[in-house]
Formats: sequence, C-alpha cells, structure tokens
Amino acid sequence: MKTIKKIMGLILMSATLTVAFCGCGSDKADSSSITIGIPQDLEDSLDPHVAVAAGTKEILFNIFEGLVKPDKNGDLNPAVADSYEISEDGLTYTFHLRKGVKFHDGSTVTADDVLFCIQKNADADSSSAYASAFSNIKEYRAEGENIIITLNQKDTDFLQYMTMAIIPKSNANPDTNPIGTGPYKYVSRSPQENIVLTRFDGYWGEKAHIKDVTLKICASADSIVMYLLGGSVDLFARVTTTQVDQLKDGNFDILEGTMNLVQAMYLNNAFEPFKDERVRQALCYAIDRQEILNISFAGKGTVIGSSMFPAFGKYYIDETKDVYKTDLEKAKALLKEAGYETGLSFSITVPSNYQPHIDTATVIVEQLKKIGVDAKIKLVEWDSWVADTYVGRNFEATVVGVDASQMTARAMLERFTSDSGKNFINYSNSEYDAKFAEAVATTDDAKATALYKDCEWILTNTAANVYIQDLAEFVAINKKYTGYEFYPIYVMDISKIRLK
Amino acid sequence: MTGNNKVKLIIGLVLTGIVFLMLLFGIFYTPYDPMAMDASVSKSISLKHIMGCDQFGRDVFSRVLVGVKETMIVAGAVVLIGVFFGTVVGTLTGYFGGWIDEILMRLNDAVLAFPSVLLALLVIGLYGGGRNTLILALGIAFIPSFARIIRSEVLKIKNLDYIQSVRLFGAGHLRIIVVHILPNLKTVMLSSILIGFNNAVLAEAGMSYLGMGVAPPNPSLGRMLSEAQAYIFTNPMTAVFPGITIVIMILGFSLLSAATEKG
Repeated sequence: MKTIKKIMGLILMSATLTVAFCGCGSDKADSSSITIGIPQDLEDSLDPHVAVAAGTKEILFNIFEGLVKPDKNGDLNPAVADSYEISEDGLTYTFHLRKGVKFHDGSTVTADDVLFCIQKNADADSSSAYASAFSNIKEYRAEGENIIITLNQKDTDFLQYMTMAIIPKSNANPDTNPIGTGPYKYVSRSPQENIVLTRFDGYWGEKAHIKDVTLKICASADSIVMYLLGGSVDLFARVTTTQVDQLKDGNFDILEGTMNLVQAMYLNNAFEPFKDERVRQALCYAIDRQEILNISFAGKGTVIGSSMFPAFGKYYIDETKDVYKTDLEKAKALLKEAGYETGLSFSITVPSNYQPHIDTATVIVEQLKKIGVDAKIKLVEWDSWVADTYVGRNFEATVVGVDASQMTARAMLERFTSDSGKNFINYSNSEYDAKFAEAVATTDDAKATALYKDCEWILTNTAANVYIQDLAEFVAINKKYTGYEFYPIYVMDISKIRLK
Repeated sequence: MTGNNKVKLIIGLVLTGIVFLMLLFGIFYTPYDPMAMDASVSKSISLKHIMGCDQFGRDVFSRVLVGVKETMIVAGAVVLIGVFFGTVVGTLTGYFGGWIDEILMRLNDAVLAFPSVLLALLVIGLYGGGRNTLILALGIAFIPSFARIIRSEVLKIKNLDYIQSVRLFGAGHLRIIVVHILPNLKTVMLSSILIGFNNAVLAEAGMSYLGMGVAPPNPSLGRMLSEAQAYIFTNPMTAVFPGITIVIMILGFSLLSAATEKG
C-alpha cells in the first residue's frame, strides 16, 4: 500500500510540476503571445447582451462588435455596418451591412442576425442595458443589405446603443459559447483560472497583432506585483501608485492614463447646512485639490471642476477647475455669512473597499480643520453604501467616483436634474433642469454641446459638489510589448497591442 | 512563586510598563500633531521623526503613541463589558443552577458558537462602524468566555464546606455571593482579565485592520497596520513600529497572566 501511495504521490507531484511549468509559458520564445492579468473571472455571462460587470465587458469588447464601434477618442465608427444614415428628422436610422463580415464560426453576418439581436434586446426585461433605449423603437426591418430602424421620438444618443454586439442567430448557447465578429475569438475558460483567446484571422478589418492571449485571473491585489515581477503576467491595467513604485525596477513600461470618472466629495444638498450655496462654496474654497493629489496620489491625477472628465474632450471645460482657487479667508467669510461662524460638523461616508477614496477623505478632513469645519469619516461597506447612501440618499457628504455608463454627456449630467432617480445628492436647480431638457431636445449637435456645457458651469458655480479629480490610471506592460491604448470607456483593446 | 514565574513576572512588568509609559506619554504630549500632514517631508527615519513618517507625511511615533491610547481604550472597555456581564451571568447560573442556568448557558453557548470576529462584523454591519459600535460588538462577543470561567469557579466554591456552614448560620443568597464567593474569584478573574485584554487588543487590531474599527484619520495600532500594508515594500517602517508595539503589549500581558496563574 505504501508504495502505491508513494507512486501516486509522485504522479501527483509531477502533474503539479507540469502545471507549474506551464504557468511560466509566457516566458517562452514564441513571441506572438501575451498573458494579461485581470482582477476577476468573467462570472456573470459570456453573452454580451447579458453581461453587466464592467470587468466582463472590457474583455468581451475584443470578441464582439456592433453595427458601430467606439474608438479611443470616443467616436463611433462603422463596424459590422460599413455606413449609416440618419434621416433629417432624426427618427430613421439606416445601416448598410458591410459585405463578407464573418462570425468566428465561419458563417457570414446576415441582416437576419442583426434583426435577431435587436429583437432579443427589445424583448429583454427592463434590467437589460438596452431595454429603455429600445423601447423607443417604433419598427425595425431589413431591406436587402440595409437595416432600417424607426424611432418614436428623437434620441441623439441612439447611435451609442448600436454598439450592441451582433451575434449569430444560430448560436444556441451564447452564455458559454461566445461567437462574435471581433478581432479575437474565444477558445476556452477555466473558472477562477484563465480565459484563452486567439486571433481571428477572418476578421474584416485590421487584424490583431498578437496571436494568443491568455487572460489570467489575479483575484488578490497583493499578488499582482509578484505575478508581474515573476514574469507570469505581461500586462495589468489599473495598478495603483504604490504598486507602480514596486515595479520601478522591473522590466515594465508604466503607462499613465485616466480612469474617466469624476471623483468628488458629493454633498447631500438636502442636508440642512448644504442647502446654503455659500456653505458648499466655502468647502470648495477650503479644499486644496492639488494638495490631495500630492499627498495621496504622488501628484498623479487631473484636477477637475465639474461633473465631466477630460477624456470627454467635446464636453469637458478645463476652466471650471479654476473657479475655486484655495482661499481660506474667503471660505471663512462665506461660512460666517451663512451663519456657521462657530463651526460646522458633518460626516463623510466612504466605502471601505476603495482606498483612494479613503485617502482623499483623510486629507479633506485635515484641510477642513483649517476653516473650523469638523468632518468625520464614516466607513461603510460597499453594499450599504449602495443601499443607504446612493439609493437611500441618507448621508451628509460622501467621497466616491462617478463614471459614465455610455459615452454621452447625458450619462454624466442627467443625474443632477431635480427628478432624476439617480440624483443621489438631491440637487435641485430649475435653471439646470431647463438647460438640460433643452439640450436633450435639441437636434443641433453644436447647440446641444453648448447647452450641456452651460449645465456644467451651473454645477460649478453653485458648488453642487466639491469636485476633486479624475484619478490617474496606470497600466503596467512588459517592455516587450507596445501599442496599449486608453479608451474613454471601460474597455481594453487587446488587438492594438503588438511586439516592439 | 517559582523562579520561572518570577522571571515571567519581571519581564511582563517591564513590557507592560513600557506600554503604560507610552500611554501616559501619549496623553500628555506627542512630538507632532498625529494628524498633521506634510507631503514634502522625508518618509525615512531621522532624528526628527524617530519612527519615520507615513504616506501622508504624518509622524509615525506620534501616531503610535496615540494609537496605543486608542487601542487600550477599546480593549479596556471591551474587557470591562465582558467581565461585568460575564460575572453576573456566571455567578447567577453557577450559584442558582436550575432553569436560570439552562436558559442563560444555552444562550451563552449560542453566542460562543459564533466566531467573535463574525459576530462583531454582524453588529457593525447593522449599526455602522466607529469606535463605540466596535466596543459594543466585541464586548458582547467577550461575555460568554468570562461567564463560563466564573460559572465553573462558582460551582466549585459553592459546594465547599464553609459556604455550607455560612448557609446554616442563615446568610441570604446575596450575602453569600457578594461576601463569600466573589472575593474568592480574584485570582481566576485576574488572569482571565489579562488574557481577555490580550484577546481584545488583537480583536481591535483585527477589526481595524479589516477597516471596520476606528475610523480614519484617527490612529489605532490595527488601523495603522492596515494602512501601512500597501507600503510594506516601499516604506516598511510604517508597518514595523505599530507591529512591534502590538507584540510588546501582547507579550507583556501574556507573561503577566502566566505569572499570576499559579502564583
């Protein structure tokens, strides 16, 4: 018996060793492969119409495409469609299918597949990302190679939703067997371990550079540096400044981009002291945003002044950040005017799993002491932040980052209209509501942009929140590779990465 | 007292002495404002900052001093709650027995069945974080172990001859408990308080480490460790000094309790 056990042990051991050696595979000479670390498994679904997690969508971006596809500037380019027209009244969209676009299983994309996808999402329950936008569709049909969609009401953002992935009607299991038209095709997935993709050679556009891609799941944040330095991971997006410090001596290029979110101390405008605009302005004058960046973020990040981040070049107004130059005397004077001369105290709710927000709040507490404001940090778990602070609106101030679900100004600004369900700060300003409504209704893009910008100015001038920064995002990439591109939305475009 | 115990006692006294010195020192004076930030200061150890500075440029020595106070307050309050209610429950159940014993001890078992950290997380999840909730949460979690120790001691003592004779003299229950039983629990209580204090220090550090305890920017030893974690390679001293302080504290109280156990 003992010998059998021994032999079994040996077999087991050699098996694990083989696995271990496989783990170092990315070191091998085959140059056309890359191992990318991702923070979580793609657990929700591999069906692009069902997946909701940002971490899943950023990977599926490489496998699927819509009729149009966003590029790194945030512009929409034709993809599965090779051209599109929008009628004068903005109600009819005509997409012309690109000839010979192949699915990963070799079949050709037909108008039937597109109709199937629209149908699938229009029928989906209201939790689907497309449900509300698609409820506006009056009718859709195919005419030869053209897909014609007619809307009930004009929606300037409708094209954004045409990034909806096109999948073959014939695929019975989109949940586990993703078939798309993107530059990479799905090979396999080992739960909690990795996902393997390979280049799709029948891709209609510019083909991907790297042939084999392994997405390795690095669930523990602490292990990321070790994986990178040890060579088992070549690329990891979103490393922190402290991790960057540890990677300094390694064989890595550190790319700096932005996270594309608005980090602010969001103020509950319904909380008694914050009902007074002067109090909110006083806080803005008291907080030195550059100092926050210097102390907590090694000087990295972009100071902002309204609910818009720089990557949205079209809508972003850089000047808003200069409205409240740190001025303690002015802050004190404003507090005095508002009747809080003797002091003001409030709590800052911070989700305990986001260290950057905790660090920001820690500095803010110190800065506010200088004008006699006593702020206390209240750490809560993420779930209770969502339930009590965001949905329940039961808070005084909170430090978080807010991002955009779609690449539209509306996605950022709609939440501050008085009756918006997402208006967790209870901001109420009739001038803002009017400007926003006008912007949404306008057909002229330039005019709409100007109106959206007016909205941003209102937020800044009334000090709706204490806007702080768009956090810096760091990507660690092995020096062998180059070509990583930052997008204004949460995606990782693997097809652009290439060997140096 | 054996020689071995004497050594333990002396080392224990010295170590706890250091901790109490830090505590006193921290109450009256810290070299710097433990909350004051300075982005420009060098993080390394220097004559000005004998334990270096943390990522915000705050003086670690000042923060350790205040952190000791913060940790001791939490641990002390937790033990106080645990000992008080533990003694009440333990004496009642041990002395009277019967259905009181059955009900209270089964409740006790139920609380004991939860890991104390889990129980504390539950309370904090319900009532929000912060120091006071933490004290309450850990205090409740500490009651059962004290109750058990006291109960078994009371069971032992109440059957001793002298209690029987006091009873024959006509003493009431209250008098027997307060005058004749409680004083005899002294030794057991002392060592269990010391052990309990240790566990409370560790529990506080653990909870703060999980981000559930003392709210930033206030320092406690556990929170300092937790914050230093991300900088362990780049600025290890911010983790080392709070860590060492916890070790000194725990070791000191452990040695004291070991020395008093059979003293």
